[in-house]
Amino acid sequence: MTTKVLAIDDSRTIRNLLRISLEGAGFEFHSACDGVEGVEQFAEVEPDVVITDINMPNMDGFGVIETLRSGPNRTTVPIIVLTTESGADLKTRAREAGATGWIVKPFDDASLVSVLRRLTGHMV
Amino acid sequence: MSRNSIRDTFFEECEELLEALVEGLSSMEQDPDDMDVVNAVFRAVHSIKGGAGAFALDRLVSFAHTFETVMDKVRSQELKVTEPLMHLFHRSGDQLADLVEAARDEREPNAESEAAILKELDGYLGEADKDESFSFDAVTLDFGAAPVEIAEDGDADGEEAALRSFHIRFKPSPALYANGHEPLLLFDALAELGELRATADLSGLPEFDAFDPNGAVLAWTLRLETSEPETVLHEIFEFVESLCELDIREHDGLKPSPLAPPPDLPGLAPPPAPLDFDEPAAASDAAELRADAQRGEARGPRPTLRVDLERVDRLINTVGELIINQAMISQRIEELELPAVAHLTNELEAYKLLARDIQEGVMAIRAQPVKPLFQRMSRIVREAAEATGKKARLVTVGDSTEVDKTVIERLADPLTHMVRNAVDHGLEKSDVRAAAGKEAIGTIRLSASHRSGSVFIEIGDDGAGLNRARILEKAIEKGLVLPEAELSESEIDNLLFLPGFSTASEVSNLSGRGVGMDVVKNAVAALGGRVSIASSPGAGTTFTIVLPLTLAVMDGFVISVADQTMVIPIASIIETIRPSQRDLHAVGTKGVVILVRGAYVPVVDVAFNLGLASARKEAGEGVLLLVSTESQGLTALRVEAIHDQRQVVIKSLESNYAAIPGVSAATILGDGKIALILDPEEVVKLQPAAPYFPAITPPKLELHHA
Repeated sequence: MTTKVLAIDDSRTIRNLLRISLEGAGFEFHSACDGVEGVEQFAEVEPDVVITDINMPNMDGFGVIETLRSGPNRTTVPIIVLTTESGADLKTRAREAGATGWIVKPFDDASLVSVLRRLTGHMV
Repeated sequence: MSRNSIRDTFFEECEELLEALVEGLSSMEQDPDDMDVVNAVFRAVHSIKGGAGAFALDRLVSFAHTFETVMDKVRSQELKVTEPLMHLFHRSGDQLADLVEAARDEREPNAESEAAILKELDGYLGEADKDESFSFDAVTLDFGAAPVEIAEDGDADGEEAALRSFHIRFKPSPALYANGHEPLLLFDALAELGELRATADLSGLPEFDAFDPNGAVLAWTLRLETSEPETVLHEIFEFVESLCELDIREHDGLKPSPLAPPPDLPGLAPPPAPLDFDEPAAASDAAELRADAQRGEARGPRPTLRVDLERVDRLINTVGELIINQAMISQRIEELELPAVAHLTNELEAYKLLARDIQEGVMAIRAQPVKPLFQRMSRIVREAAEATGKKARLVTVGDSTEVDKTVIERLADPLTHMVRNAVDHGLEKSDVRAAAGKEAIGTIRLSASHRSGSVFIEIGDDGAGLNRARILEKAIEKGLVLPEAELSESEIDNLLFLPGFSTASEVSNLSGRGVGMDVVKNAVAALGGRVSIASSPGAGTTFTIVLPLTLAVMDGFVISVADQTMVIPIASIIETIRPSQRDLHAVGTKGVVILVRGAYVPVVDVAFNLGLASARKEAGEGVLLLVSTESQGLTALRVEAIHDQRQVVIKSLESNYAAIPGVSAATILGDGKIALILDPEEVVKLQPAAPYFPAITPPKLELHHA
């Protein structure tokens, strides 16, 4: 049973990097390039975990978290924020919005996989 | 997909982001209060930073970070957009582009300007912004302990640290579950650190009918024996901090451990006051649609498909073959001299049209808007203005005009040069402009449009116009023109295109680069285009570049030269003349001129110049094609006959055989034969230069517009 990841990021580069490190670790990888598309994809893909960027056009990462946590299709699927900032207030804000965890860019593959494992129980 | 190819796509993406950045900055200038634009600019810089971090491009990261931090202050309305700040943003964008390029080519960026701009950006930052100098080293603390480094059986390799025993009390709040956490997974992570015993506290369980599935009633007491330090335990609970009651103590006589939060974390300090959630960046749909409507664009980018260029080029080649094949079939059927078969003719006609449609469709794939090219010029204008101490702005018109990708690529250099020239030589200094009653800021106008199957690109300035007296003086000084020659205004203007011509009275930073307008002219000619000049004193100068839409197909006359079939581009032909004996005059021993509407035009025998005929033909035989050449002005090319006018598919001679003087390319005709495509300019040059006869009033050079 593979674990499905949905990554939402407007940077093609970051999406590609996530793809190689996660497919390499045995995850099934899906991606979207902004918040609106991400929320749409969520309903289609039904992922086991979501990774989202914060700064995105059309709907930012906070918008994604709030929609997934309190929209019509509320979900408790883990949502990980991928961000370049490591400021405490950003984490607090993400957590209050309903994020499960965060990963700081640039991520290294091992840590990323380890965080995903910790939140999904995915076995490598 | 390898990391290397991702690196390539990162730089591709940077190009797009830098374009978006330039575009955003110019919109910001129009309307600094449009937060959508500010957000877009911020995101562009931010995405470059994020990607650059992944490839450890530290210099790029730290510059982007400073840039982004200042932009963020604008975004949060702490900082007002002033003219100097806008100017700094533009230069920061240029510097960012330079850093990206340097990273891509693995060369050193321009450290001097980088330092200068960073210093200016820093000037907008308070102390609080600066103390977190941005580096990506410390952030690994944010990751949970990577169990990867721990041996499976819990024994750390090498030195055995002393085992310690921790006592953990953990009571989740409902928010912990709502945020997608699962206690079991946390315990699994703890179990990886050593020996774990967990006891669930069920005392909070209510009666079954009072059970609230959204509540959180369970708590756990855990005992962990591990050689890991306490910070690692905190890292495991990092994400659930403030979503649970958590108490970690080291178990040696119940001494509560000092809560040493890992650096860079809020630790267990009282949670900060609830934050005001400002409106998320996503505007409501209605507002967004309104904003988009104002900007006149469809909402969201249209879906696109990225295709390898090689595939498109293969397709273009095949379509070329198809066109040739269609011509062959038509010709074969003609040769059969069938009785009039209306059906067949109709079907053939349909086949021809279909082939043309396919060709146009394929060509459209390669077409790209000139917008990115034009946007790049805004930087050139800025830099040129700065270097010359002038004030200039760039206005672009028709930047959605689409042109073949190769044409765009090859236009970049000539266009850069012309824009630079327009600022350097075209515009006057502000005080001179003011004295002439003009606006102090000069305007450089770039426009692109499609007209009658060609692309027109204009580079105009509203400067002083060409100083024709000075140009002529200069040309005579350099020995390019005889002093007694009488030249028309447009001929004087065209002197600019002669090799070795430069009008700058003093060599400024910009001129003296060893590139003259002649290079521009050649680059444009290589694309099958031409350049012309229009200038009026006091009002400015406009250069017009006319280019064919595609590089693969051309309209040509099929002609015969010394019994060989050849093709000559129609674009270069002004008119065809059947010469009558009385208009032809011999000049000297070899030269022939023809009187065309009162002007004498030299006649050039194409066969002779190509070395295909040694004996001169009887004057008056054949057909003359009047062409305008750069080296000789109006010239009449003598050929034996014109057979046909048709579109031909251009095949490179250089890549298939070798360059031949006087011949630009080749094509395959309907009968399968190869025909050479002549380059009139070069054919004329093959002749030893004809002496200049000042006694004959040269014809007025009329620029022929297709």
